[in-house]
Amino acid sequence: MNAVAVSSSSAPSPVTAFPNRQPLLDVRGLSIALPPSADRELAVDALTFTLNPNEILCVVGESGSGKSMTAHAVMGLLPVPSVRVAAGALLFKGNNVLTMSEPEQRALRGGRIAMVFQEPMTALNPLMRVGDQVEESLRIHTDLDRTARKARVIELFAQVGLPNPAELVRSYPFRLSGGQRQRVMIALALACEPDVLIADEPTTALDVTTQKQILDLIRAIQAERQMGVMFITHDFGVVAEIAHRVAVMRHGKLVEIGTADEVLNRPSHPYTRQLIASVPHAMGDRPPFTPAGEPLLLAEGLHKTFHVGGGLFKKGKEVTAGKNISLTIHPGETVGLVGESGSGKSTLGRSVMGLMKPDSGRLLYKGTDLLSLDRRAFRPFRREIQMVFQDPYASLNPRRMVGEIIAQGPIAFGEAPAQAMARASELLTMVGLDASAAKRFPHEFSGGQRQRISIARALAMGPSLLIADEPVSALDVSVQAQVLALLDDIRHRLNLSMLFITHDLRVASRVCDTIAVMQRGSIVEMGPAAEVFGNPQHPYTQSLIDAIPGRGWEIPADLSHGEGVSA
Amino acid sequence: MQSMNFWRAYARNKGAVIGLLIMAVVVVLGLFAPLIYPESPWDMVNAPFLGPMEEGSLLGTDTLGRDIASGIAHGARVSLLIGLTSTAVALVIGVTLGALAGFFGGWVDDTLMRFTELFQTIPNFVLTVVLVAIFTPSQGSIVLAIAIVSWPPLARLARAEFMALRSREFVQAAITTGQSNATIIFREILPNSLSPLIVSSSLMVATAVLLESSLSFLGLGDPNAMSWGYMVGAARTVIRQAWWMSFFPGLAILLTVLALNLIGEGLNDALNPRVARKGKA
Repeated sequence: MNAVAVSSSSAPSPVTAFPNRQPLLDVRGLSIALPPSADRELAVDALTFTLNPNEILCVVGESGSGKSMTAHAVMGLLPVPSVRVAAGALLFKGNNVLTMSEPEQRALRGGRIAMVFQEPMTALNPLMRVGDQVEESLRIHTDLDRTARKARVIELFAQVGLPNPAELVRSYPFRLSGGQRQRVMIALALACEPDVLIADEPTTALDVTTQKQILDLIRAIQAERQMGVMFITHDFGVVAEIAHRVAVMRHGKLVEIGTADEVLNRPSHPYTRQLIASVPHAMGDRPPFTPAGEPLLLAEGLHKTFHVGGGLFKKGKEVTAGKNISLTIHPGETVGLVGESGSGKSTLGRSVMGLMKPDSGRLLYKGTDLLSLDRRAFRPFRREIQMVFQDPYASLNPRRMVGEIIAQGPIAFGEAPAQAMARASELLTMVGLDASAAKRFPHEFSGGQRQRISIARALAMGPSLLIADEPVSALDVSVQAQVLALLDDIRHRLNLSMLFITHDLRVASRVCDTIAVMQRGSIVEMGPAAEVFGNPQHPYTQSLIDAIPGRGWEIPADLSHGEGVSA
Repeated sequence: MQSMNFWRAYARNKGAVIGLLIMAVVVVLGLFAPLIYPESPWDMVNAPFLGPMEEGSLLGTDTLGRDIASGIAHGARVSLLIGLTSTAVALVIGVTLGALAGFFGGWVDDTLMRFTELFQTIPNFVLTVVLVAIFTPSQGSIVLAIAIVSWPPLARLARAEFMALRSREFVQAAITTGQSNATIIFREILPNSLSPLIVSSSLMVATAVLLESSLSFLGLGDPNAMSWGYMVGAARTVIRQAWWMSFFPGLAILLTVLALNLIGEGLNDALNPRVARKGKA
């Protein structure tokens, strides 16, 4: 869209440190205490680092590493008194933020230090025009009069690349797309020309093409204003795209800090090495897939339109989720269905599962049209087609034991409960969990472990086709790599076919034989994975591949074959 | 393990513990009323218009010389019995209709919800009075009348819970593994929607106790059972001469309803920890 003019350099040049200049932000021995009921004592443990002017420092870590907590401490957003700073100092240009009075801190926040949040959907007040929200910050922190403020807001909106800024200031947040809202958030953060910008996973909730635009924007604005940016992320691709220096955190401790070149290309700490090895990347040694025999699943001309809103007297809006979708899956083949949010990729998966009925088209499974079957007639196919869901926290019934969850399907199909439970224990071992897990409840397991349980549940039915709907998008990278490795392993062992739905091209390239790219309800390109990635034909596929963060960065050769991922 | 956590969370709310204690006293009083006061509460056992602590009568006597303490003890039986049974009936009606509406959606939902709204548009108390008057007052008709006016909120709550849980992935997983609708409703969705239902039905017991008292106050209670509402109603004409006759039954109603509300809040804190009010830790 209207991206700000950005210098074309794709890999940022590492900025040399400023030995003579005072750091903008100097964190010394910062410890943040958690309430006694938490699983560990300190969220952040004796953390020390500096943020210099004119640099982007990426703070990388998995969930629970304390990276967001650090940012929140700087911004005074810790939920005191349950979580509080236990020790250490936070110096902004030499003054300790923690010992400042409340009014001094307020002047700092939003004025000298500004923050951009992860969720652009919730970070803006839904009942206030976006222009007014930015103006509010100017009113508090500057002496500008009303007209000057209005002009400044429009100027800011233009700078962050929002289309038609003079009109857009009067819009409410719900009218804007996710990317536009994040631009508004950035405009809000920039309103008072801060010295430090803290960005907490600002692109995690966005689609990959939008992510690229926002990353370009942040990099351009940082360079133009010589700001210090503390960029929090879990994604090494994003780090490679934007960082000058990188700090790696784990369990509240800093494990490694250095220039982007050092950390990305010559990581020294084992944890950093493990994280980088987990970054999804194409396996070069995958043999090309040759389809044999009749196709297992054949989708022909599927259409699906949703009717949103409306009522007795007014007609609702129509949203096209599927437009003439055709796709084949052969026995033993893994087809990746890739697309951004709203492209209709889940519609196809759900139609195959019988969770949704397309308006027209045919869906042949071993020659039977699934769409012509009613619920009773569909039932035998439940054993053949199984699904692994996206959210490991929502896909397991919290009130039932893991063994029951896995055995429920076979029992519903008439298997003896004792036998089904024995099989459940076997499956748990197969997906890398202890057989004793059967007697425990889902909440006792981590996200990755739950996803393994979810896979075991699907396998219990003995399926031939597995639909995996974003199975790893809710997981940390190292766990993601393990679950992908597991899926890859079982599909070879059991000769499964798989429809792998994902928004992440890197993940798709890791497991799929064939890739189908979806845009606005249609498949725009389909072919062998190597061809789609190596020589994309459709402009949309090209833009998707172009937008993969950190494309210029090659994972160090000694890590590219999955060190420490085998677990 | 889980029940330990439940009690710890419940006990963190001081008011809830107090509510539970008051409730325990009321329950014990109701259970042992025939032992503590073997004589019928309708018997004239003493001189009329005795004040509290006069002539061996703990809380005094009423206009006909009936013992007020005995009336309160026996009245506890009526209040609790009617409160609990009418809530149970309301739960059965409300959860059944709400679950069907929420699970199946579409025209089932539309029909059941319009039916529910029909009941919601009529003022609760007026409808109870009419129903009791039609059925002639008895414990059964009072329970039924209270249940009939109280189920709509439970139906709405159950419907909302079922609708939200219906689209959750674990329910979809149950569908894809070939579970029947009955299994999905009873084993997957219902156990996960119990917490809010328990909380609101504990509050509903309090409303039922109040409704019963109001009915008896108007003289529409069961004529064979001594109840708190009846005692207040009968004593209201002499409230200036003999305050104790309406004060003590009134206090009993107040404390019981308060205790039930406190328990409801405590259950809410313990069962719905995520929505529990913050800053209480």
